[in-house]
Amino acid sequence: MNWTAIWVTFKLASLAAASLVAIGLPIAYWLSFSRWRWKFVIESVVALPLVLPPTVLGFYILVAIGPQSPLGRLYADLAGQPLPFSFQGLLLASILYSLPFAVQPFASAFEQVDRKLIEASWTLGLSKFKTFFKLILPLSTAGLLTGVVLSFAHTLGEFGVVLMVGGNIEGVTRTVSIDIYDEVQALNYAGAAKTAGFLLVISYLVLVLVYAVNRRVWSVWPQR
Amino acid sequence: MAAEIAIAIRKSFSNSITIAAKLQLPMDPPSVTILFGPSGSGKTTILRCLAGLEQPEEGTIVFNGRCWLNTVKGLAIPPQHRGLGYMSQDYALFPNYTVEGNVAYGLTALSATERSVRVKEVLRLLEIEELSQRRPAQLSGGQQQRVALARAIARRPQLLLLDEPLSALDAPTRTALCSELRTLLRGLAIPCVVVTHDWTEALTLGDHIAVVDGGRVLQTGTPQDVFSRPANADVARVVGVEMVLQGVIVDTHDDLATVQVAGVSLTAVSPSDLGPSVFVCIRAEDVTLEPAEAGATSARNHVVGRVCGIVSIGALAKVTVDCGFLLTALVTRSALVDLKLEIGSTVRAAVKAGSVHLVPRSS
Repeated sequence: MNWTAIWVTFKLASLAAASLVAIGLPIAYWLSFSRWRWKFVIESVVALPLVLPPTVLGFYILVAIGPQSPLGRLYADLAGQPLPFSFQGLLLASILYSLPFAVQPFASAFEQVDRKLIEASWTLGLSKFKTFFKLILPLSTAGLLTGVVLSFAHTLGEFGVVLMVGGNIEGVTRTVSIDIYDEVQALNYAGAAKTAGFLLVISYLVLVLVYAVNRRVWSVWPQR
Repeated sequence: MAAEIAIAIRKSFSNSITIAAKLQLPMDPPSVTILFGPSGSGKTTILRCLAGLEQPEEGTIVFNGRCWLNTVKGLAIPPQHRGLGYMSQDYALFPNYTVEGNVAYGLTALSATERSVRVKEVLRLLEIEELSQRRPAQLSGGQQQRVALARAIARRPQLLLLDEPLSALDAPTRTALCSELRTLLRGLAIPCVVVTHDWTEALTLGDHIAVVDGGRVLQTGTPQDVFSRPANADVARVVGVEMVLQGVIVDTHDDLATVQVAGVSLTAVSPSDLGPSVFVCIRAEDVTLEPAEAGATSARNHVVGRVCGIVSIGALAKVTVDCGFLLTALVTRSALVDLKLEIGSTVRAAVKAGSVHLVPRSS
């Protein structure tokens, strides 16, 4: 079994899930509470990775962070190394790829918090910021957990985007799914089976843990 | 500048009414103002604008000389900075906090010690100390109402806003809590605006009343004045109770109370725990007219008086009888003919004891 690939994959999935909490919460808050009439435009952008083939997404990310783009050049100047085919570049791509898997459960949980409770909090003198942390977030733990686990599990199993943006560098960007693909290409079915089985068991255990801890999170998708 | 709230707002809803309310609520001494009207009349919207939870398209709200809203200047003080106690119709208790946690929720400016002292004090005032560790889901409707009130007054707000404070309760609880709420509001000495559609609540709780219908304020005054002397037919239709008289209970037995009204004794079915001072409320359609010399009937109250006014309303006529106080009866026009009623004729008015409603009043 390729422990290096497993380590890279788990590091990637954990960092992506953690980053998505930081990035996803404000986006989800805005999507749930904004009354802007063109909000649906942003909603569609966030949901785009759900329908786009990973290779298409990966292609655009690769172009956007490549040395031809201003963003890519800026990063290369600051960090001293280019983003494509690096772990950082792969992390950025994974965050974009798993964005809807975090934002949608978060937003759906926020929307289920009764507006009357939020208004009551405001009239009791708590700012919107404090209301979020004292009331909305504690009432959204189920959705929060769902979002974190889904984005973690989704990053764990990604393939197309990794291949496009990360390439296949042992110890840096070679994830479990790439490793399995390589083993199969090399006709090493026994090796592929071991790693695949490991990934299956781990993914399953993570989900079992979440559903056991919180029985209400049966639905993956927003329900109203 | 006089202590008052001056409201002049306009807000339109695409699919229903336009709110265009102009209102001045006196606050010195701290008093209870009722926004009274049927459902959909816009009274809750006015309250929510006052709370800052809803923004009118245009208008001003001035609280004690301080501008809360001025759409021309683009000024709107958010609800957080209005110093409010606001209670919504369904109480909106925070399900993830205990009773204690709910009451302490808004006391962020106090130190931990001050906070726990204040919470204890408020829980004691509302007699819910033993519930402090319960969750809202474990409380009855009446208990939830007390917790919501406790939470609203814990911050010592400068204005208390209550939206239908009793309507989520069953009828017996409502009657009991209404008297309690009155005592509490009198004791707090915080200016208070209460939205209700129930005239007994309006009479029990209110020092002032503003009758709202179709998004407009139709009449303001003391509840007794507005109920017994509606300014126009619209107000009369909205308030729906014609006579509100001041009376004193002189005797109670077998659940029947004898009330003195302007020297006349009336019998009424008495709700429990009423003080001696009451409002006596009678609806015109509950008053029957009989010849002065008629014999006994099942009605407990018979008063003889002189007809001093007859107004036709379609097939019906409103007959005002002076019998020490003014009593209005709604009768058919054919009854007028049968009884040969005209101004000055003597007639006997009959009212069943069950149609004489008694509502507590501060003496």
